[in-house]
Amino acid sequence: MSLLECRGVSFAYEGVTVLRDLNFKVDSGQYLCIIGENGAGKSTLMKGLLRLKKPSAGEIVTGDGLRADQIGYLPQQTPVQKDFPASVEEVVLSGCLTSLGRRPFFGGEQKKRAEQAMTSLEILDLRRSCYRDLSGGQQQRVLLARALCATRQLLLLDEPAAGLDPVVTRSMYDLIGKIHREQGITVIMVSHDLQSAVGSATHILHLGQDRQLFFGTKDEYRRSAAYHSFLGENSIRIRGHARGRKGGV
Amino acid sequence: MELFLSMFTYPFMLRALFVGSLIALCAALLGVTLVLKRYSMIGDGLSHVGFGALAVASALGAAPLPVAIPVVVLAAFLLLRLSENSRIKGDAAVALVSTGALAIGVTVVSQTTGMNTDVYNYLFGSILSMSGEDVVLTTVIAVIVLILFILFYNRIFAVTFDETFAQATGTKAHLYNMLIALLTALVIVVGMRMMGSLLISSLVVFPAVTAMRLCKTFRSVIIASSVISVLCLQAGLTISYLYATPTGASIVLCNIVVFGIFYAASLLRERKTPA
Repeated sequence: MSLLECRGVSFAYEGVTVLRDLNFKVDSGQYLCIIGENGAGKSTLMKGLLRLKKPSAGEIVTGDGLRADQIGYLPQQTPVQKDFPASVEEVVLSGCLTSLGRRPFFGGEQKKRAEQAMTSLEILDLRRSCYRDLSGGQQQRVLLARALCATRQLLLLDEPAAGLDPVVTRSMYDLIGKIHREQGITVIMVSHDLQSAVGSATHILHLGQDRQLFFGTKDEYRRSAAYHSFLGENSIRIRGHARGRKGGV
Repeated sequence: MELFLSMFTYPFMLRALFVGSLIALCAALLGVTLVLKRYSMIGDGLSHVGFGALAVASALGAAPLPVAIPVVVLAAFLLLRLSENSRIKGDAAVALVSTGALAIGVTVVSQTTGMNTDVYNYLFGSILSMSGEDVVLTTVIAVIVLILFILFYNRIFAVTFDETFAQATGTKAHLYNMLIALLTALVIVVGMRMMGSLLISSLVVFPAVTAMRLCKTFRSVIIASSVISVLCLQAGLTISYLYATPTGASIVLCNIVVFGIFYAASLLRERKTPA
């Protein structure tokens, strides 16, 4: 049985369907990259997978004993967080909350777990630093470490490289690939950045305007029409953008 | 000095110091969360609702706190819902509820007792307002707030820092938001007799904002804001006693001074270590 499967799933906001008839599944150990342009409904799908938004049709089935408290989630940053007075350790530790059950306080087990997560994201030396003083890339690592504390099974990542420069973006994706390989955690990642995001993925789900354009393995995707049309559109846009800039100077 | 020492011979002053410190402590704890969640104005709105409820209670000849507490708790849940619902902007919703309640309160008061000293005390606070019964009720409520806050400390942190993550990973974020609203409502109602309904929200907001200027971890912000809050309350009460100034206003003035000091210190530190 798959870890997670969408069968004919649609999402709607106030009666307007933003995504229709999605069919795909994720098995344990896979790395699914969901790509699509801005407004293609990627974040909506993410909310659906997290059970924060109910599908308007179809069903999302979870298997292999996956429960909500075994999902690690990396959300997009909110403005509130950017200025939040908390130490790195406090933020990472808050990811262990789900393993507390009914107990009110963290014990040695959770602290060890947070330490491991900080070590694997190479932020252990920042543990006493204030979250708001960190760079964008460091903040993302902290949030990823928190997500790791919440799961041993499934990581959901929403635009993990949003707002990062190309070098930091590269190392962020490398890090996610490493976690997937070494810790055997299933990864589902949303991105609008095809080129750098696809690198470590095993499977691709490509969303167009409100529907599914492609689902399959990465190799199949490279041969698909969706891939080539997406690349074509993007390269035209990049060229157009460069010309616009030159004109401005 | 003699005047200062004589302060401790009056039972009403001891009551005010004791109860006031408890309220200041609770308000500071909740204030950190409220400020970080951008809910500061909810405290302000609730205190106006509290004024309306007190005015109606005294017009009906009922005991003030047993009437005000359920009304303000209900208003807290309502304001929370309005803030989460984007259709009416959260801050506008708070303004609607708070001015509405104030208008009702003032109308009721003018039709019954008239604008007398009692009303003045409700608005700006008085150290004489605490009866023996109030002390017991306030102490019980403060202890409940403290215990709940400590028990749920880690969950409150998680919900404050990132509600979506908390919800997605199986923490009942909505429940904890309700808990925070409930505790805030309780603290505001019991605190507003002493602080005055126009000034009680300062007890929630000032210590938290002050502590955040310098502190770098959530725990240290919580501790610093509690200490600041209690010390400012005691200093303000003393000043109020010595110079016969309005209680609430004196406490707020102390908070302003401490905020100024912390703000200056944070500027100095930034200059020393350029980012």
